[in-house]
Order: sequence, then C-alpha cells, then structure tokens
Amino acid sequence: MGKTLAEKVWDAHVVRKGEGEGANAQPDLLFIDLHLVHEVTSPQAFEGLRLAGRPLRRVDLTIATEDHNTPTLDIDKPIADLTSRTQIETLRANCREFGVRLHSLGDKEQGIVHVVGPQLGLTQPGMTVVCGDSHTSTHGAFGALAMGIGTSEVEHVMATQTLSLKPFKTMAINVEGTLRPGVTAKDIILAVIAKIGTGGGQGYVLEYRGSAIRALSMDARMTICNMSIEAGARAGMVAPDQTTYDYMEGRPHAPEGADWDAAVEYWNTLHTDADATFDVEVDLDADTLEPFVTWGTNPGQGVSLSSKVPSPEDFGDENAKAAAERALQYMGLEAGTPMKDIRVDTVFLGSCTNSRIEDLRVAADIIRGREKDPKVRMLVVPGSARVRLEAEAEGLDKVFKEFGAEWRFAGCSMCLGMNPDQLEPGERCASTSNRNFEGRQGKGGRTHLVSPVVAAATAVRGTLSSPSDLESAAAGTLTGIAV
Amino acid sequence: MEAFTTHTGIGVPLRQSNVDTDQIIPAVYLKRITRTGFEDALFAAWRKDESFILNQAPFNAGSVLVAGPDFGTGSSREHAVWALKDYGFKAVLSSRFADIFRGNSGKQGLLAAQVAQDDIELIWKVLENHPGTEVKVDLVSKTVECGNIVAPFDIDDYTRWRLLEGLDDIGLTLQHEEDITAYEATRPSFKPKTLPAKVDAG
Repeated sequence: MGKTLAEKVWDAHVVRKGEGEGANAQPDLLFIDLHLVHEVTSPQAFEGLRLAGRPLRRVDLTIATEDHNTPTLDIDKPIADLTSRTQIETLRANCREFGVRLHSLGDKEQGIVHVVGPQLGLTQPGMTVVCGDSHTSTHGAFGALAMGIGTSEVEHVMATQTLSLKPFKTMAINVEGTLRPGVTAKDIILAVIAKIGTGGGQGYVLEYRGSAIRALSMDARMTICNMSIEAGARAGMVAPDQTTYDYMEGRPHAPEGADWDAAVEYWNTLHTDADATFDVEVDLDADTLEPFVTWGTNPGQGVSLSSKVPSPEDFGDENAKAAAERALQYMGLEAGTPMKDIRVDTVFLGSCTNSRIEDLRVAADIIRGREKDPKVRMLVVPGSARVRLEAEAEGLDKVFKEFGAEWRFAGCSMCLGMNPDQLEPGERCASTSNRNFEGRQGKGGRTHLVSPVVAAATAVRGTLSSPSDLESAAAGTLTGIAV
Repeated sequence: MEAFTTHTGIGVPLRQSNVDTDQIIPAVYLKRITRTGFEDALFAAWRKDESFILNQAPFNAGSVLVAGPDFGTGSSREHAVWALKDYGFKAVLSSRFADIFRGNSGKQGLLAAQVAQDDIELIWKVLENHPGTEVKVDLVSKTVECGNIVAPFDIDDYTRWRLLEGLDDIGLTLQHEEDITAYEATRPSFKPKTLPAKVDAG
C-alpha cells in the first residue's frame, strides 16, 4: 500500500525505530533537519545544556531570531521593558556561547521565526523542522513535517538533533473548487477549525489537498498550515509543486546547480500516493465559502461574516454551550447581533499568520485611495525586516501611512502582546493573527480573527466588513450623485 | 526527573473546556529566563477574580486539577506545566489534552491523565458537593479514585514507563548516539545548513 506525504517524510527521518507494535510501541527517534530558536522558549534549554555540560550538537542546523519581545518602535534604542531586555540579551549571550547564528533586532534578516526560515530558503520540502513555538506548523506549507515543541524538547534537539515521537495519524482536508473574490486562505482555515473544532486535529498531521489549495501561493499556504495547531494538530502539510519550487529557487539557502536538480527530483516524490489511505478525510467546498470571522474566545468559535453572533442555545453539547455563554460575556456581545454591526477600536495587520508581503499587498490594494474610519487605530507590523524593506520598495508603507495606519518594525507584536503593542481592557480588535483567547492581545482585550482583506475593509468602515461591502458603499454613493 | 507512582491530594474542579495555555499562564510571565518560580503566574488573570476556584479554601491547597475537555490548547509554552507544578499540582485530569501540552507534562513529571468525560462529570459533583475531597491518582494501576468513584485513565505506555522510572529523555537518546551519527552520514548534500550564513545582497 502507498504512503501519505506525512508518512514519507516521517520514514525518511527515522534514526531508530521504536520497539514494539501498535499502542505499546515505543516512540521512533526522528532526525531534525532544522531547529529554529527564539528568545522566549530557549533560555531554560540553553541553561540545561550548560548544567549538564553538553554541547549543542548541530549548530549548522540551528538558527535564532528575536521576535516575541521585540518592540516595533524605536528599535535603535535599548528595550525599555527590563525583563524583555534581559530575555533578548540572554539569547544573544547563549548564541555567542554555543555558536548559534542569530539575527538580532536591527538586522535585515530579523523577524518572526516562521517568516525568516522560508524567506532565507532554509525551509524546504521533505524536511523535519521544529521550534519552541506552536506555529512552527507554518513550514508544512513546503511539504515539510514541521511542529512546535516545548522547552524540554528544545533542549533535547539541541543536545541530540533528534526527537522521540510516536507516529501521528493522518487527516486529509480536501478543499475543492474556486475561492470567490475577497475570500482567502485565512477563511479556509478558519472554516476548517470551526468545522472540526479546536481538538479535532489532536494526534493527527493534516494534509491540505484539492484544487483550491493547489491554486494558492506559498504565502497563502503558509497561512493555512500556520493555524493547523488551532485545530489541535501539531503539523499541517501541503505537497510541494511548481509553486513551491518557483518560490524557493534563488533564495539564499536554496540548493544550487546539481544539488537543485537532485533536490527537485526528490521533492517530486513527496506527495500522497494514489493508493494511500488517510485515517480521516474532511471536505470543504471552496465555491461557497465566505469571509470568516470569530465571535468567541477560541479559534473554533467562528462564523461567516454575513451571519449573526450565535446563541449558546445553538449548541447541543453542554460544554460548548457553557463555553459560548462565557465567550459572549467576555467579548461583550449579544446573541443575534449581525457580525457586520460589530464596531472595532483597533485593526492589527501582522503575526506569523498574515504578515508576509502578499498579505500587505492585498490589504494595501483595498485601502489605497480610501479613508480610514477616524475612530479606528490600525497597526501594520511586517513579519520580518526583509518584508518591511520589500514593502517599502513597492511604496506600500506610503499607502498605509496616508491611510492613517501606523507602519511598524517587524516582530510578533500585538499577536500576543509580549512587547508594548497591547489592547486595553475592553478594547475590540479585528486581528489577522491566530488566537482570540481571553487576554491574548492584552488583558481584557477582545479579539476577532479575520483575513487581511477583511482587516483592511474593517479599518475603512469601522465595523467588521468584507471588501464587497466597500464596493456596494461606493456604488451607493455614485447612485446618490447621479440622482 | 522525579519518579511518579501514586499521588493523593485535594481535587480542584475546573468546569471549563478549552483551557488554553494563555489562560494557564499569560504571555507577560514568559519573559523570565528561569525554570522555576512561576506559582504566582498560574491562571494569573482568573485569580484576580475572588470567586475563582483557586481563591477558595480548601481548593487553594489542591494538587489534582480536574478540568473540562481540550485542556492545554494553543501555545507550546512549557511554562504552563512549570506554573502548574510550581503551584503544587501533581496531576491534571481531562477527557482530552492538547498534544504539545501532554508531551510537555510527560517531560516534567506532571501527570496528564485522560479520563472519560462521564467520569470527569461524576468527580466534579463529588468535589463540588464535598469540597476538600481527595483524589488518588495511581499510575501503576492507571486509575483515579475520588469518593466512591474508581475510574480508569489513559496514558501512553512509554510516558508512563518514563514517569514511573523518573528517566531523563536526553540521557535515553544519547544511548543511541551511534545511530544518530550513522544517520547523519547518509543525509543528502542538498539539505540546507544554516552555517555559513548566506543572505540576500539587498
């Protein structure tokens, strides 16, 4: 019988097969091709190595960036928050001591770890990629097996370049059809999470398949794989194809010459065989999909933007009902309110989910020549210093600034508010990030997860909006003039 | 890691599903560079509310957390496990755990015991009707006891064995260092290396 993509990548990395069969089997020992490191989940791991007198086994497969704590203003000044500064300085000292390549604040390659890896060409098909960050699933967009790990595992990878893992089950997410204008990769993944739930993917690797996935760019595939963890899956994957190779070719660490040819020959084998079977298959119709937004406090609590805030009574399960009640209270929402009537205070365009150059381009296209709702503040935070430079070369920074948005330096920023970019209690935000948990963007802050185009349209109107709402508003104005 | 065989302590009913790691420990507490001292950070936002269960005796002295489904979702932060341990929790019972949280628990000697939701509901009732009731978690027999209830729990055999023996993961793996070296010798040359660093000229 054939193998799935995930099984092929897994099998190619087994250093030592676990003894035993089935539920009693010991875990396999897997080799890790790339270890990404940042300041938050690494200090205790470096300390562990130091205490045990162990070296970092493969510094040539390890790279670090500063992202979670970094300020997005005044980056040339010392970091004001002392604990943040200490954590960054600890990373710098650790990288110096162990010989790890580090891209620090101010460096052209600094940025969110999941934006930096792919952009340097370090993320490639068929690799195993790990990082002490759950959104490592992002790199699965290249056909890599990529997953978030805890700090003990970070230390384990540093010491051994391997991880002990039990095989995952496999789940196919089949997305067939063509997305309508204004509907994006973000809407696909929010709809998937609403469908299977925040625990639906636990124990699985997801493989996103179908014509709608094949039609997506790499930036869009990364958005989808990024949020696999929000469905409970540690990893999500897309089989590599010409779109992948076109993205990779010429990047600093992409193979060259004969290595490139050998790599492509191997990458071409990285697809699920026709006779392979998945443990579970889930279908989603791209043709009928609408822009999707969340109303609650977990990423599974989402609906179409054109619908209404649900009532707890809509949920059969007692736990889901109680969760909905609690979420509505926290979010300050009443059941039955049209989603499009919800007014926001802030729009955040950024995070490892949606801060790549295409995300900035599509948002800029919508706001170009329009005015921002004066009551809304908008923060635009490119995913990396390089994305910021690229956007500036295209003049996107001017579009955002003329619109009245704040154009910031790269980092995780308001996705989790470890730096000064936070919501105030009660402040409501349309955010292109990945988690709408209580207090995630600042204590008492209220988050609605949206796509970049919905974020942009919302900044224009002040209420949750899709780009098509802008067109009809413009059409209405024109009719008014004609009359 | 300290070995775990059985533990008996006051049960804390947390009637909530989807307790994500941002709730277990908010991001602001992740700036520390130590592995201990996170007890004040556990459920920091919720503990500001006086009616929160951990603000009430005898639950504030609890050591077995009994939570709703999908416990530990979201971020990979192992700080969530450290905070639970530092507060004094030895075991968490839930009908479903997020994968990364479950893995982190196993590395740190916090027992994540998967108990059927029906049994969780029964245990909740006992703990709510008789605050201070102790829960016994027995890793040898894979059962939990609370009042008259005896319920089985699931945990994978490998994690169970490591917890029972108190084994260090890295030490176990390094016993197979020859296998790692042999694997490394077979990696194709097209696989990327981070060093020497290559960057765009621009």
